[in-house]
Amino acid sequence: MTDAVSTKRAGSSGLGRRILIAIPYVWLLIFFLAPFVIVLKISLSDATIAQPPYTPLLDLSAGWQGVVEWWNGLDFENYTLLTEDELYWVSYLSSLRIAVISTLLMLLIGYPMAYAMARAPKSIRPALVMAVILPFWTSLLIRVYAWIGILSPEGLLNAFLLWTGIISEPLYIMNTETAVLIGIVYSYLPFMVLPLYASLEKLDESLLEAAADLGSPPWKAFWQITVPLSIPGVIAGCFLVFIPAVGEFVIPDLLGGSETLMIGKTLYNEFFLNRDWPVSSAIAVLLLLVLVVPIAVYQNVQARQLEGKA
Amino acid sequence: MTKPTLQDPHMALKPAQKALGPIRRSFAPWLDPSAVPLIRFENVVKRFGDFTAVDDVSIDIHQREFFALLGPSGCGKTTLMRMLAGFEEPTSGRITLAGQDLSGVPPYRRPVNMMFQSYALFPHMSVEQNIGFGLKQDRLPRTEIEARVKEMLKLVKLEPFASRKPHQLSGGQRQRVALARSLAKRPKVLLLDEPLGALDKKLREETQFELMDLQMELGLTFLIVTHDQEEAMTVADRIAVMNHGKLVQVATPGDIYEQPNCRYVADFIGDINILDAKVASAAGGMARLAVAEPAVEIAAAAPDPSPAQGADVAFALRPEKVRISIDPPPPDATNVLRGEVWDIAYFGDWTKFLVKLDGSEKIMRVSRANATRTEFAPIAWDDKVHVWFAPDAGVLLTS
Amino acid sequence: MTKGLSAVNVTALVLGFSFLYLPILILVLYSFNDSQLVTVWGGFSTRWYVSLLHNEQLLEAAWVTIRLGLVSATLATVLGTLAAVTLTRLGRFRGRTLFSGMIYAPLVMPEVITGLSMLLLFVAINLERGFLTLTIAHVTFAMCFVAVVVQSRLVTFDRSLEEAALDLGCPPFKTFFVITLPIILPAVVSGWMLAFTLSIDDLVISQFTTGPGATTLPMRIYSSVRLGVKPEINAVCSILIAIVTTGVIIASIATKRAENERLKAERAAAAGR
Repeated sequence: MTDAVSTKRAGSSGLGRRILIAIPYVWLLIFFLAPFVIVLKISLSDATIAQPPYTPLLDLSAGWQGVVEWWNGLDFENYTLLTEDELYWVSYLSSLRIAVISTLLMLLIGYPMAYAMARAPKSIRPALVMAVILPFWTSLLIRVYAWIGILSPEGLLNAFLLWTGIISEPLYIMNTETAVLIGIVYSYLPFMVLPLYASLEKLDESLLEAAADLGSPPWKAFWQITVPLSIPGVIAGCFLVFIPAVGEFVIPDLLGGSETLMIGKTLYNEFFLNRDWPVSSAIAVLLLLVLVVPIAVYQNVQARQLEGKA
Repeated sequence: MTKPTLQDPHMALKPAQKALGPIRRSFAPWLDPSAVPLIRFENVVKRFGDFTAVDDVSIDIHQREFFALLGPSGCGKTTLMRMLAGFEEPTSGRITLAGQDLSGVPPYRRPVNMMFQSYALFPHMSVEQNIGFGLKQDRLPRTEIEARVKEMLKLVKLEPFASRKPHQLSGGQRQRVALARSLAKRPKVLLLDEPLGALDKKLREETQFELMDLQMELGLTFLIVTHDQEEAMTVADRIAVMNHGKLVQVATPGDIYEQPNCRYVADFIGDINILDAKVASAAGGMARLAVAEPAVEIAAAAPDPSPAQGADVAFALRPEKVRISIDPPPPDATNVLRGEVWDIAYFGDWTKFLVKLDGSEKIMRVSRANATRTEFAPIAWDDKVHVWFAPDAGVLLTS
Repeated sequence: MTKGLSAVNVTALVLGFSFLYLPILILVLYSFNDSQLVTVWGGFSTRWYVSLLHNEQLLEAAWVTIRLGLVSATLATVLGTLAAVTLTRLGRFRGRTLFSGMIYAPLVMPEVITGLSMLLLFVAINLERGFLTLTIAHVTFAMCFVAVVVQSRLVTFDRSLEEAALDLGCPPFKTFFVITLPIILPAVVSGWMLAFTLSIDDLVISQFTTGPGATTLPMRIYSSVRLGVKPEINAVCSILIAIVTTGVIIASIATKRAENERLKAERAAAAGR
């Protein structure tokens, strides 16, 4: 009897469990992890005019000889190119700069918003959260497109400013770094506000009351209690917007014009316009290396938030 | 089993002359008409929208008093305390502290400190930083802050934990940090909002005594909010019982227990038998009451002035003031009723009997101290018993 | 203490939400502009919407997008829910850190990298690019979002409910379907909606992984946007916004109503005792 029970146990939590784990695991291994290995491999190859447009190709039919030949054909030429050609490292640097500035701008705009939401009456808070999330459900492309009509020289912003008489000449915001900053801040703001809101909303009201009770006026209590306790939200929000902003393509492509260099756009152009797959792979590998620390930090925060409670 | 005698020394005395419960005779400033109260709530009303949380409450609290606000949740006791701390402003009426009107004074400028129910310890600060927080706000010199924090740590016996964060402490330790933090500024009044609610029973009892010692040692005025009547009775000099935003009775624990002024207080504090009755006759401090269930007449000590004949009243009788025996009571016993033992609850130090009175469904609760280890003829389930009580064993309530 | 909102807070909310919503409102407004020019208001007209109906290319792209969204969202929901269960219910296993890494990484991974790497995989295994590759790509990034949504519900889930079912003799597999799934269903549904929206909104990953005959609506919009602002594009965008907004609002009202029903029932039960 006991035997029957225990075998059944082992069966259901053994094989079944392994299959359950395997399905999503294998999927991600094949379609998420394996591609990165391929990217790494191709980044070490040379571009050719062929299909596929890189060499050497691994020819397994030639047996061991084929593997050796393939291995000997790999080199770091593309990475050397990336360090030598100004275009690439300027792209990396300006991507990082734009991402840092826009992250700080979002923190500046998002913190007061999140704070006001967390202080709002409980009954309207879900509606406010909804209102923050809603733009995110709308396509990024559409939201960026909306700004083209506003920022262009003959766009609505200029029309409005000219009409009010604040300016006499149209402002050239479109196709500048400013336009890219506006686009990134606008598109990613919800991702900044939500983690901030989550940490501010959790803040126990009685802590602020205790601070007031002990003689701390509200503005002082804000710096002594509210800000330090919202740091996890600040970190989560900043990483959540910073990482994708570094590799952003659509926004610099549509709003930045030719003068704004960002690495995502450079990669895209290298791939689709120059058809240089090895170089674009090398760009991707370097970008990933740049982002690996922030991604690790972010994952740590995310995992702790989701699994800490369990 | 001790044979009850009716030659009880209390019997001969009139209720007004009795000393009810243990009171600290040396300390009763509320009896002194010339004493100036430290805190005065004057006709305080607080409304939240349509809801009246505090309804026309006036209380005077004296210096060095340990005062308890007692009532069920939602009775307005916490709101009353929060108005004193400054977290809520009264809708009307005023609150004064040492003669100064507090209206419009923000919480961070009031010389009162509060110990929060949740303790509200700042999670990002160490024990030391938490205790020193209030002193830092006053911009005291650092050496003085350090000295005062040390003193507080010693007071609550937490010296080894000074640099821990709140989440590294046990519930009892957190409670001490909260207490030390609210005492560090030496407030005129310490407010305690359900301070022991999160502790287990044993720790709670210990802490109650510690609080009392601390209050006497520091000579501070304590105001405690609690829904636990035993806690209020243990720690407080006086208790204010509240219900639905109104003040029901303010009195010493002894008076609250032995001399409740209405059915609500009688029922809320401790265990009690309430017999609904009509006044059959009343004269000279004594009344005959026609009890509704079971239909019997009992003698009861009547208040002055006597209630009108035919008035609806209630006779409230504490279980420990009822005698019980299988044998017939002594011939001079008054108010003798018969019944059957319905249930027995043995608590060790005392036993409670639920007696179903003959000719009715009414259950009389009777408790008896277990003064001896063994009994000659113990009362058992289904035994036919006599229960009886003196006319002044209970209180005649008109409301 | 003030329970309401101070003037500063109200200002922050008004400015913040204006910033979030004004551009979208302007875009929708100008889709009804009779004039070709973006800055000139030429009167109210629905002609751009009418002309959409004759744009075969856009309609074709829309159809591809919707089919892709339905298929990939459904698959992503199944895989994502499995992944969430794996992370929260199946305890420790070898490579768990790698697994959770692969779940969280796509949430922040720059799209150009995900797109490029997947394309290179498809080339390497010689898979013909088209609807199938698009679907695989969309499933892969959307399942991670589903996993996070469902996981955050599962961690707040009262384990004793499942334990009670097991205790009463219900095997684990069945317990999942009769106890766990019905309770986490709202999270699974919102995971599906999220996956669907991500799929129909995606541009960059689709650009990389698509092939002939599988052009999605965002790709069509992108190629015309590069040539400048056109009222017709405003009209398409407005329709997309309307669909998504209605969907999200209906879903949130439905959840809220279900929640209210439950609360009401609980209160009635408590009152009736």
